[in-house]
Amino acid sequence: MDTVEHDVQSVPSVKYTARDFQSDQDVRWCPGCGDYAILAQVQRVLPELGIPKEKYVIVSGIGCSSRFPYYMSTYGVHGIHGRATAIATGVKLANPDLSVWVATGDGDGLSIGGNHLVHICRRNVDVNILLFNNEIYGLTKGQYSPTSRYGQITRSSPMGNIDHPFNPVLLALGAEATFVARTMDRDQKHLHDVLKRAAEHKGTSFVEIYQNCVVFNDGAFAIFTDKETKDENVVYLEHGKPLIFGKERDKGIRLENHRPVVVSLKDGKYGPDDLLHYDEKDPGLAYTVALMSNYPGMPRPVGVFVDVQRNVYEQDLLNQIKSAKQKYGEPTLEALFNAGDTWEIK
Amino acid sequence: MGKSVKDLEDVTIRFAGDSGDGMQLAGTQFTTATAMVGNDLSTFPDYPAEIRAPAGTTYGVSGFQIRFGATDILTPGDLCDVLVAMNPAALKVNLKLLRPGGIIIANVDGFTEKNLKLAGYTSNPLEDGSLRQYEVYPINITKLTEATLEDLKLSPKVVDRTKNFFALGLMFWMFSRPMEPTIEWITKRFAKEPALVEANLRVLRAGYHYGDSTEIFTSRYRVKPAPLPPGKYRNISGNEAVALGLIAAAHRAHLQLFLGSYPITPASDILHELSRYRAYDVKTFQAEDEIAGITSAIGASFAGALAATTTSGPGLSLKLEALGLAVMTELPLIVIDVQRGGPSTGLPTKTEQGDLLQAMYGRHGEAPLPVLAARSPADCFDTVFEGARIALKYMTPVIVLTDGYLGNGSEPWRIPNPNDLPDLTPSFSTDPSTFKPYLRDEKTLARPWALPGTPGLEHRIGGLEKKHIDGTISYDPDNHDLMVRLREEKIERIVNDIPPQTVDGDEEGELLVVGWGSTYGAIRSAVHRKRSEGKSVSHLHIRYLNPFPRNLGEILYRFKHILVVEINRGQLLKLLRAKYLVPALGYHRVAGLPIPSVNIEQRIDEILRGER
Repeated sequence: MDTVEHDVQSVPSVKYTARDFQSDQDVRWCPGCGDYAILAQVQRVLPELGIPKEKYVIVSGIGCSSRFPYYMSTYGVHGIHGRATAIATGVKLANPDLSVWVATGDGDGLSIGGNHLVHICRRNVDVNILLFNNEIYGLTKGQYSPTSRYGQITRSSPMGNIDHPFNPVLLALGAEATFVARTMDRDQKHLHDVLKRAAEHKGTSFVEIYQNCVVFNDGAFAIFTDKETKDENVVYLEHGKPLIFGKERDKGIRLENHRPVVVSLKDGKYGPDDLLHYDEKDPGLAYTVALMSNYPGMPRPVGVFVDVQRNVYEQDLLNQIKSAKQKYGEPTLEALFNAGDTWEIK
Repeated sequence: MGKSVKDLEDVTIRFAGDSGDGMQLAGTQFTTATAMVGNDLSTFPDYPAEIRAPAGTTYGVSGFQIRFGATDILTPGDLCDVLVAMNPAALKVNLKLLRPGGIIIANVDGFTEKNLKLAGYTSNPLEDGSLRQYEVYPINITKLTEATLEDLKLSPKVVDRTKNFFALGLMFWMFSRPMEPTIEWITKRFAKEPALVEANLRVLRAGYHYGDSTEIFTSRYRVKPAPLPPGKYRNISGNEAVALGLIAAAHRAHLQLFLGSYPITPASDILHELSRYRAYDVKTFQAEDEIAGITSAIGASFAGALAATTTSGPGLSLKLEALGLAVMTELPLIVIDVQRGGPSTGLPTKTEQGDLLQAMYGRHGEAPLPVLAARSPADCFDTVFEGARIALKYMTPVIVLTDGYLGNGSEPWRIPNPNDLPDLTPSFSTDPSTFKPYLRDEKTLARPWALPGTPGLEHRIGGLEKKHIDGTISYDPDNHDLMVRLREEKIERIVNDIPPQTVDGDEEGELLVVGWGSTYGAIRSAVHRKRSEGKSVSHLHIRYLNPFPRNLGEILYRFKHILVVEINRGQLLKLLRAKYLVPALGYHRVAGLPIPSVNIEQRIDEILRGER
């Protein structure tokens, strides 16, 4: 098939800085909210992408994270609860030349908007989705969310949450998203690099960002972000490299019977070569590794789970339009109206 | 064989059989041939919600009614003159729709013991004398079809599927229709299977010749062409007309068309139709649900497409929250509601006008928007085009109401000259020195449309209330009150931009019959008949339901009585009473069917006699 290659045009006439992406609105998140760090990184990454500023559109739903577009000086739509990915799909299909981003949360994206999220992933529309996961409903003041932990005490679960939580990475993998990553608000460098890779990926990019809610769920991710505990509890995924973690870099992940297990690198039994080497092109492996979150005693995997290529939705749409035009020629209303059986009355 | 030819003014035929009997196909083929003869016509497909209900059952009966004539045809007819019944269930269900003395063409072979029982007959109506008041022609359609195809060695299933063409051929003969369009259709349709072309053509011709050669028919009929206004015509259904109206509007606006839609009966054909027109820069997006249908359209509108979403009542309910967003963000959007029987799943394949109040008020907060209604299948084109004009000019979502009867029904459409259609090209903001997201046009109060990709116009819109002119978030109480009023006034000002309400008949008098949407033909027929009896009755049909035309009130006040006819429990009636404080009366029948004009005539008579 004759294809139209479509890339968001990347020839900026000016060099931008983060400041160019700050809007004149006062940022109204709670002091200490993890959203500030994410905003700062997005404002740092966008100038690095070489895309003219007017081509960015940031779409959100409802929730704390969804105030995001107002704090960016780009085009933006603050939508309705859960529908950001559907709105973003419309924006991107109408004008594939735009760089479209979605800011959503665990409630907005996984509860009320869960349906739209899985469908944008399977269609592979070239949109970058940032899911701010704080494992709580913030804007409505502290009810459990679809990622809240089993047993968690919240305002709407005083005896403990009896919902099994979503693992957002697993959900995106299940929907066959072509780029799936997890990063954290307090790991600025990692956050920066993942955002940049998400932007550069063609097709839907899904990024789960652990984000601390200081008011309703403070410290939910502390063991993954605090200096004293993070090395023992986080394993970074890097394409082609073995999964090693620990303060002393003395532990690794091996696959045994298709299941990840932690092994020691200290007793001489295993070396780095015996460990699982990560492969971003293998969604099956990504699923297996993402399941580590469910097993006690395993470090939390963070990084790019998959980065694969598949037909991009709006690309296919443009191709259909192009081939229809080649087949039928430049269409006229005259031809449209007069198609089929007609008759004349004099 | 010399058979007499009788001229008729107009005829109504109903093809009826099992869902799988091909009655819709026979009906549409008859329609095409009739259009070619130059008759005016109106069609009404009437089919069950089940795709293939069990054969022989009454609930599996599928019907297609066509009325055609040498005069102006306004409705598909209250009662039919000819009923083609392929089995007992088809007869049972449709007999009440046949006028006394009408013709029954019955496929005797379908009247088996089993089928009679399934239809609930204890004896065979073709034999027990119960059809005495009709002209009954029992014909062995199945056996004659089998005999025609005997040497072709086709499977019994294939043979059975061609019998609808026998009935069609017979009707072509009886009403002097040309077979050529159908011959052409069969040849094209089965091009890859020559055996089927041969079989269907043979059976079609066999039906035609049967009429000619058999002794049982003594005469055939002719219906002369109708004096339609000169021009080029094609037959068009309401759903097709909606699709063409949207494409035409997009082209006249020099915009791409974006349709975000989720399949729902009876609106899906608009999605099917539009998905064929990629070459016209039509981007159809079959969304994961109704909500994604409208919200993707809102996104596309923000990015500069002429955006639309199509649905029916239950789908509109799902879209209501998003409509609030479209009102708040003041983006152009066309929402088409092909109404059906409700509430809930209701009667999904049947027609109703139950969504008027939902379209008017079904939102949270104060969220007025324009509402328009099409009155006939071909009028769907004009109404949708007009809806797009208003949406683009006033930067607002617009709801266009049609219904199942309009969507599936068809009539001749006088093909417009594309150059005569108004230019709808919007003007996009480009100047950063003057741009403010909510700086309104002084005349229309529309806010500017600034497309992503335009340097220097970066701005944010959204559901939160915005500051007048500036467009930044505002929680200021006075600003909210102002914005509520501005949004309302913007819609009210559309009244200056729409034609005044017209009346069919005298401008004042005893009784004014008021309607909207698909009741147009039935009311017009009823009112014409009463006027020909010398009664003081006029007809007013409303296309612009919000805002109402400026002169509507004055007209209402000039009549002694007002009768509002609707396929609901009085929704327009409530609006008129509330706005104009008139003691209007109603006639309502919510049966999933068009209102017969004879019912309207009876109600007119009652009111003129002083009954309420």
